[in-house]
Amino acid sequence: MNGERDGMVVVNSNPFVVPLGDIPVLAYPLFMDKVNEMMVDEGCHCVTYHAVPMGADLRFFCCIASDHEHSLILLSHEQKASPSPVLDSLTPSIPSFHMFEREISEQYGVEFTGHPWMKPLRSHKRDEEQRMQDAGCGMHPYSFFSIEGEGVHEVGVGPIHAGIIEPGYFRFICKGEKVLHLEIQLGFQHRGIEKLFLEKLTSIQRAILAESIAGDTAVGHSIAHVQLMEVITGTMPSPALQAERVIALELERIAVHIGDSAALCTDIAYQFGQVVNEALRTVVINTTQLWCGNRFGKGIVRTGGCHYPLKDGFVKTLLSNLKDVEERYGQISQEIFTNPSVLSRFEGIGKLSARQAGMIGAVGMASRSSGVKRDIRWSHPFQAFNNYAYEPVTLHQGDVWARAMLRKIEVEKSIRIIRDLLERHGPDPAPGKPVYDHSIHTSSFALSMAEGWRGEIMQSAVTDEKGNIIHYKVKDPSFHNWMALALAVRNQEISDFPLCNKSYSLSYCGFDL
Amino acid sequence: MALGIISIFRRHGRQYVKDLRKAALPEGFRGRPVISGDISQAEEKIAEALCPTGAIESGPFRLDLGKCEFCMECSFALPGKIRFTADYRIASNSRQGLIVKAGEDRPVVVEQGSAGKEIRSFFHNALKLRQVSAGGDNSAEMELNACGNVNFDMGRYGIEFVASPRHADGLVISGPMSGNMAEALQICYDATPSPKIVILAGTAAISSGIFNDSAALDRKFIERIRPDLYVPGNPPHPLTFINGILDLTGRK
Repeated sequence: MNGERDGMVVVNSNPFVVPLGDIPVLAYPLFMDKVNEMMVDEGCHCVTYHAVPMGADLRFFCCIASDHEHSLILLSHEQKASPSPVLDSLTPSIPSFHMFEREISEQYGVEFTGHPWMKPLRSHKRDEEQRMQDAGCGMHPYSFFSIEGEGVHEVGVGPIHAGIIEPGYFRFICKGEKVLHLEIQLGFQHRGIEKLFLEKLTSIQRAILAESIAGDTAVGHSIAHVQLMEVITGTMPSPALQAERVIALELERIAVHIGDSAALCTDIAYQFGQVVNEALRTVVINTTQLWCGNRFGKGIVRTGGCHYPLKDGFVKTLLSNLKDVEERYGQISQEIFTNPSVLSRFEGIGKLSARQAGMIGAVGMASRSSGVKRDIRWSHPFQAFNNYAYEPVTLHQGDVWARAMLRKIEVEKSIRIIRDLLERHGPDPAPGKPVYDHSIHTSSFALSMAEGWRGEIMQSAVTDEKGNIIHYKVKDPSFHNWMALALAVRNQEISDFPLCNKSYSLSYCGFDL
Repeated sequence: MALGIISIFRRHGRQYVKDLRKAALPEGFRGRPVISGDISQAEEKIAEALCPTGAIESGPFRLDLGKCEFCMECSFALPGKIRFTADYRIASNSRQGLIVKAGEDRPVVVEQGSAGKEIRSFFHNALKLRQVSAGGDNSAEMELNACGNVNFDMGRYGIEFVASPRHADGLVISGPMSGNMAEALQICYDATPSPKIVILAGTAAISSGIFNDSAALDRKFIERIRPDLYVPGNPPHPLTFINGILDLTGRK
């Protein structure tokens, strides 16, 4: 499966594990050249670029995915950890790297010369005493980007917002009602997830952590996690188990997409669309609850087996509920997308071009609604998608309408996936219990991806010579996609911000970790 | 178009849960656990070792719902000894009230003592709440949103979430309380006029749950303030939350 090419590891499987010794260490200038060369291809995007402290060194891993060649390319370079390395920044040539380099800089003190916008990603670096002395909720000592001119003013919102929603800080620079620039500063939800993966040592603890990275994507993140655990322990899930996981994943997608369809209606004061969709979401999450006792699917995905194998009785209910939801969601969507007052609020609002989406490394829904075909279910299939030819939905409009319409079509497709998988596999003939005792591959680098409802989820681990996990990395699709929102609201009326925000429906905690 | 709307309304029907006080959740919902009185010491130790958050203590056996993530791993390891029932009424106004002991099958209750008299007199008929997510994973937040949706409609009791702490009678906190939210949380609390209540929604808020011991948290707020209601769950079910408040405010 794995091959080597010009000092890079080329992989055709997801998840994958590579012995650390098999990953060539490139000199930094050569690393830069290779990354620059590959990223010229618009069908390539960077899955992760992060640093791992190993003894006196910092080892850097960069994984680039080719959407069309369905391959993953792993590159690495190494620097002495002390004194803090100073490296030329890749961001000026590849804008999507600005997030990765900011993260590495924040975590390990690496300085990237030429980085145009070095600022904190999540860390607020203020102890409590300082917080109590300073007024306001701004990032200290970071000062926000500013524009001066006649009629230019700023609007600050957050971290606490007007609804029941996670915290984040938005600063708009406006001229009149028009947004010239939006700066998004997150980090308020930071819980230290990546460190906790190293501190919490049992498999059960780690499984629950994975479910809590973003509770609205409990299944998506859990799948990325168990894939990683299974690949570093050499465990292979049965076809029926793989199908079950995908059914849970698609059920999660259906529930959230319908819930967001409701929320989009809320934000344009279309109550009819809101309440009907809300009720449909309830049907879906109550079906998930019937399956596993939790409306968010927490507990369904475990390593090596499952506590909640599909049973005949439940499968019948699942199919009939899906049929009901499909019909009713189809009807209400028909109303929504033919209603002129809805369309006037959706069409042409919050546009993101394919070029912009590519530049910022957008993934998942944010890329597909802007004409960039990027879907891990298709490009780097995992679990039951390995034997299921999934064709992603791509819309080119890039506006709120496209993001709303994408949800509608994806709900239909997800229902079809579930039906197809149930037809092929049915209830698990020999359900196995989860396996929590593993011996882990030593001195290895492993990476796993899954396509959650927001998009590409990446989790990666490094093990030492004793088989302990010494580094754990998580990337939620929101990592790149918040930038999509910031660009989409440019030149829009500030009153359209809530609608644009909802149309992306990004994760604060998934970003903040 | 009009015909379409009528047809949608017809299928939509009545969505609201008629009696929020008596609604039943289906078998399999992970609610209040019941521990068999004949659980052996060895079995207690197994459960204690399995528990990801230290919610279980052995000798004598105690399960703390305020720490429980409701993963049910203890129950899968010891079927017949530990059983999670569909009883969703697991909110309490005392931390002690969340402790489940072996051999007892008693509902979790909100004590109607003199301490709650003020709450009952002020907020019996109307309660406006400001929600603050402090490191919440967005599942508790979604369930709190659901409390006001077409199905649960807690607005029927005059209970609502409001945008400004100035309009609120209390705070509902979710999440393990991240250090980066400590300041905003305190400001929001201070901005809420007295008399006010504090509700902790979800296991993460009550004890920090799986995030226990993370250096990124700052839970000093909760050391300064005595919460009025603890609503366990991962996340708490809307019925758990609504019934907890109804009990707290003395509604029938």
